Amino acid sequence: MSEVVKEPSMLLQKEMIAKNYDAITSKHHTGRKVSSTFVPGNLNELLLSFGILNNLPEINAIQNGMRKLSGDYILEAEKSGHSEDVCTYVKADIGMMGKGNVAPNGKPFPDPDVLLLSYTGCYTFMKWFELLREEYKCPTLMLHVPYEGDGHSTKNMRDYIVRQLKEVIIPGLEQVSGVKFDIDRLREALRNSAKAEDDLVWVLEQGKRTPSPIDAYFGGVYYIGPIFTAFRGTAEAIAYYQALRQEVQARVDAGQGPVTPDGSNFTDQKYRLVVEGPPNWTSFREFWKMFYDEGAVVVASSYTKVGGMYDLGFRHDPDHPLESLADYCLGCYTNRNLPTRVDILTKYVEDYQADGLLINSIKSCNSFSAGQLMIMKEVERRTGKPGAFIETDLVDPRYFSAANVKNRLESYFQMIEQKRRGAARAA
Amino acid sequence: MNAIVDTATAPTSTAEIIAHCQAMFDDLDFTAARAWKNAVPGRKVVGFLPVYAPLELIHAAGCLPLGLFGGGDRMEVIHGDAYYQSYICRIPRSTVELGVTGRLDFVDGMIFPFVCDVIRNLSGMWKIMFPNVWSKFFDTPQNFDPEIGGRYYAAELQELREGLQTLTGRTISDDDIRRSIALYNDNRRLVRAVYDFRARTPWKAPTSEVYLLMRAGLMMDVEEHNRLLAAYLAAADAEDRPKRDNVRIAVYGSFCEQPPLNLIKSVEMAGCYVVEDDYALVNRFLTQDVPTDGDPIEALANAYLKHSVETSCKYVPREEDKGKFHIEQVKKARAEGVIYATPSFCDPALLDRPMICRRLTEAGIPHIAFKYAENSGQMQPIREQAGTFADSIKLWS
Repeated sequence: MSEVVKEPSMLLQKEMIAKNYDAITSKHHTGRKVSSTFVPGNLNELLLSFGILNNLPEINAIQNGMRKLSGDYILEAEKSGHSEDVCTYVKADIGMMGKGNVAPNGKPFPDPDVLLLSYTGCYTFMKWFELLREEYKCPTLMLHVPYEGDGHSTKNMRDYIVRQLKEVIIPGLEQVSGVKFDIDRLREALRNSAKAEDDLVWVLEQGKRTPSPIDAYFGGVYYIGPIFTAFRGTAEAIAYYQALRQEVQARVDAGQGPVTPDGSNFTDQKYRLVVEGPPNWTSFREFWKMFYDEGAVVVASSYTKVGGMYDLGFRHDPDHPLESLADYCLGCYTNRNLPTRVDILTKYVEDYQADGLLINSIKSCNSFSAGQLMIMKEVERRTGKPGAFIETDLVDPRYFSAANVKNRLESYFQMIEQKRRGAARAA
Repeated sequence: MNAIVDTATAPTSTAEIIAHCQAMFDDLDFTAARAWKNAVPGRKVVGFLPVYAPLELIHAAGCLPLGLFGGGDRMEVIHGDAYYQSYICRIPRSTVELGVTGRLDFVDGMIFPFVCDVIRNLSGMWKIMFPNVWSKFFDTPQNFDPEIGGRYYAAELQELREGLQTLTGRTISDDDIRRSIALYNDNRRLVRAVYDFRARTPWKAPTSEVYLLMRAGLMMDVEEHNRLLAAYLAAADAEDRPKRDNVRIAVYGSFCEQPPLNLIKSVEMAGCYVVEDDYALVNRFLTQDVPTDGDPIEALANAYLKHSVETSCKYVPREEDKGKFHIEQVKKARAEGVIYATPSFCDPALLDRPMICRRLTEAGIPHIAFKYAENSGQMQPIREQAGTFADSIKLWS
């Protein structure tokens, strides 16, 4: 297979990620503290204000999935008693520990100084950090974020989170870091976040154009990388999103689609899709190719909202720092109830003039997947656009069946064609 | 149609009591609950899913709390499969099946307590499928500090109380709640007495019977269940049943989707006396009486924070405490081994399993693990596994 062609923003991001891994793996030399924490609802600005580095087990699992390492790690974890039924991110992470705990830069991961369990929208996080705590024997700070079961947050939920921040998380981070909490440092980081968030939203909303200058799923995972991980709140993130915006603006000006991994501009876009659910990482490029080979571009996705729904208007707010962190945690995509998710996806199909909703249901992620067939039917009913359902996994290569996925996609595109012909005849 | 027995006057032998409970357990049309509702105009029924819901509030609202634990192994799931992906446990499918086939058409409200992401998402599906049914996702705190998690939880209980008031159109006074707490305290004491009796003399109170007694109790008025529990205790104590050379075991991991009754029986038939378990935890979730004086909402909140069982849907704040509850319970019940029995695809139980089993190993408690589904039909492998486990304990422990 030829080498993957990367856009300039991807190369910039690669450098940023490499730098963060280098900072993590050199903590014994620099004396910096390292936290492990999760992507959705992470408190990166708060960690920054204490000078603590951010290591994300899900991102490590994704990295290992894309580098074809996760299969062995998962087997390693299953050999040590973990069930074949549970989240493969967890097993990829635990298996990696069992096989030397080596970071993508080839150096060993140091033990974290703190596990910051920001428990937003995914039950598994709670057990994952209980499992890691058993291994690392380090402090675990639990931030419980209530689920928006009635479709909205309440004052009680927000107060509960703020109280935890004030009385558990901040004192805990002070103790781990030896740094006194400085609300102005936090405000500064939140101000930086909001700037980057503006540019991210601009980029994502370009999917409304025809042709779309972005792919909001396969490209989208790169667009959200810095803001959902260790960089939100930094000047680097601002610079990244400015560069990304310019890159996308250039394509808009040229009337071009996004660059595919093969290096061509994907401008001949026959199908516009909204995609629900995370991608498969072990066959990411092959999966992506199935779409652009058929002329399908993803114009909006829910996966690009797992770490915050900025497109619905949320911005980190330096004037209300702790409340803003609480609102951020509450509003992540999978912390919203099913009727709200149906509303959001329906709106995407309509606003982005999509041909339909495709669901990639993930074997080991019930947070996203439980009830997705109902979501599909509801969105179909409300929009009149066809939906389709495929099943893969996050980082377990055993659950990616290329032939099945391809067949289903081809059938789906035929369905869209038929629907179009029907609509043309009716007109 | 199953006969509804008046337990105020009726059953006196364990066989009669258990036949009554079995009839309720088998009845997926919930005839008894329908009869309760129809007996007095304006009565309402509120369904709740595992693992824990504050039944006192539902009762104080004048409603019947109706425990819904899926469809068991007697119901074919046809419609339910159209809502879920392939790799998922069975309880949400069969619960949807119960709903879409009209079996729950008399249920006025539904409470979906926090267990896992599947039940969480099911709560939203219910809102879409049954927009005229009051439904509530009930989130319990994972912070156990009274000033943090306690304040949050008290406000959530208050919100639940207000929701029930809107549903019923009647005010729930503090005294209403206190009266209900007192009745449920009686219930918890009797429930504990039954389990203690089973742990002392498991040949007199087989788990297959105790299980039916408890499951039926979650579908009837608490006062009726209290009478039934007392009657069972008296009847079981009076009966002469042969004591077998069985091994005493604890079963963990079965708190949400329930195993088929035949599986519970199969474990016993394989030579195991189950002297401790976490089947349908609801009425054992709080381990002590809830105070009946003071603010009843705070009393319920504090009971949850301070006196609830350790189970997989709760966070354990201190690593050294993980699994401690299980080991203490095993010792208290004098169990000789543990069967960790979990539904397939059960995230809470399966993610917890390595940690709990590690602690059991450290404590020198033999254990095995297997998975089931509520409609598992093949019991032979279970019998073989449980039988081999029992033999190994007899021979080597």
